[in-house]
Amino acid sequence: MAVGTPERLVDELVRQGKRNLTVIANDTAMPGRGIGKLVSAGLVSRTIASHIGLNPETQQQMIAGKMAVELVPQGTLIERIRAGGFGLGGILTPTGVGTVVEEGKRKIEVDGTDYLLETALRADFALVHTFLADYLGNLSYALTARNFNPVMAMAADTVIVTADHIVPVGVIAPDHVVTPAPVVDYLVANE
Amino acid sequence: MDAQTIIAKRIAHELREGMLVNLGIGIPTLVANHVPEGVDVFFQSENGLIGTGPIPEEGMSHPTLTDAAGQPVSALPGACTFDSAVSFGLIRGGHLDMTVLGGLQVDATGRLANWTIPGKMVPGMGGAMDLVSGAKRVVVAMQHTAKGKPKIVKQCTLPLTSLRPVDLVVTELAVIAFPDGRATLVETAPDVTVEHVVASTEAELDVPQHVPQMNL
Repeated sequence: MAVGTPERLVDELVRQGKRNLTVIANDTAMPGRGIGKLVSAGLVSRTIASHIGLNPETQQQMIAGKMAVELVPQGTLIERIRAGGFGLGGILTPTGVGTVVEEGKRKIEVDGTDYLLETALRADFALVHTFLADYLGNLSYALTARNFNPVMAMAADTVIVTADHIVPVGVIAPDHVVTPAPVVDYLVANE
Repeated sequence: MDAQTIIAKRIAHELREGMLVNLGIGIPTLVANHVPEGVDVFFQSENGLIGTGPIPEEGMSHPTLTDAAGQPVSALPGACTFDSAVSFGLIRGGHLDMTVLGGLQVDATGRLANWTIPGKMVPGMGGAMDLVSGAKRVVVAMQHTAKGKPKIVKQCTLPLTSLRPVDLVVTELAVIAFPDGRATLVETAPDVTVEHVVASTEAELDVPQHVPQMNL
């Protein structure tokens, strides 16, 4: 719902008119906010998300055949991204067994319980927002704006981060670093 | 008392000290307003918060402190935040004691449909499938009928949220449980007769000899 979205990067994508994007995100926010801006600008051709209910434009574009939408249970979506970032081929989850989510997927029984094999997701770019970054790129997130950010930061070839505050190296205590600097490629001040 | 308040108050009686509880959007959210005195529970917001508190007063909200619908919330002392992988690990991993969710249909064995009406409403399942599959106890908060049509049906015509049956359905008319996979009338709301509940329910209801009234 646009909480923890790198708005400055989204605005820049809109300014440059980067078309034909595949967006992997929990949701497509609402018109005018976060990923909703990309949708409004007609830049998204494919979305993989758990929820699009608060953005009527996503629904309209889906119905009009302008955007392909793959709906994924939220816990499965985050685990597929985690698998992508952690070098795993996928994960086994009980979520979705016996529902429409099961269609086209392999069902695997482990110790008497059925699981769906859900494959890993990776992206060319991860666009991440953080509260605090140091100049090396160590990241520390704020409150519920953490959500998908640290998991996505692991799961893309190029990781671009916007930060509310960029502080000298050493200010963020090692125990408070959530995303380690080596995974971050570019750091951008939020304003 | 209006229907939503009856439902929320009755479900609040299911809360026990120390439980970790996730409330869905709509009627379920109202349960937080009726937590019995002396009972402390942890509310989880699946976007990454345990210790969710009331809606903040004007001017006290924080843009990065929201519930799963993106609405401002507060965090109580002792709250903690985490990423979505941890949040759904809590949900699927057997750490969530109870979830309260809205419902579109519940079938005679307790299976829930609550995420889509194909062709009409396709918002996506969000966290609903994980919550129903993973929570230790699943409670459905919904009106007994929709436009006069029963919502507790023989078989769901809408796509299921999970194969896992729910534990309890609370409506403005009744409390229904599913022991041994059979819809069973547990309580009726004040001034509601057993006959009225049965007539408003499409699924066959097991009715014990004595059906107590909801204690609100």
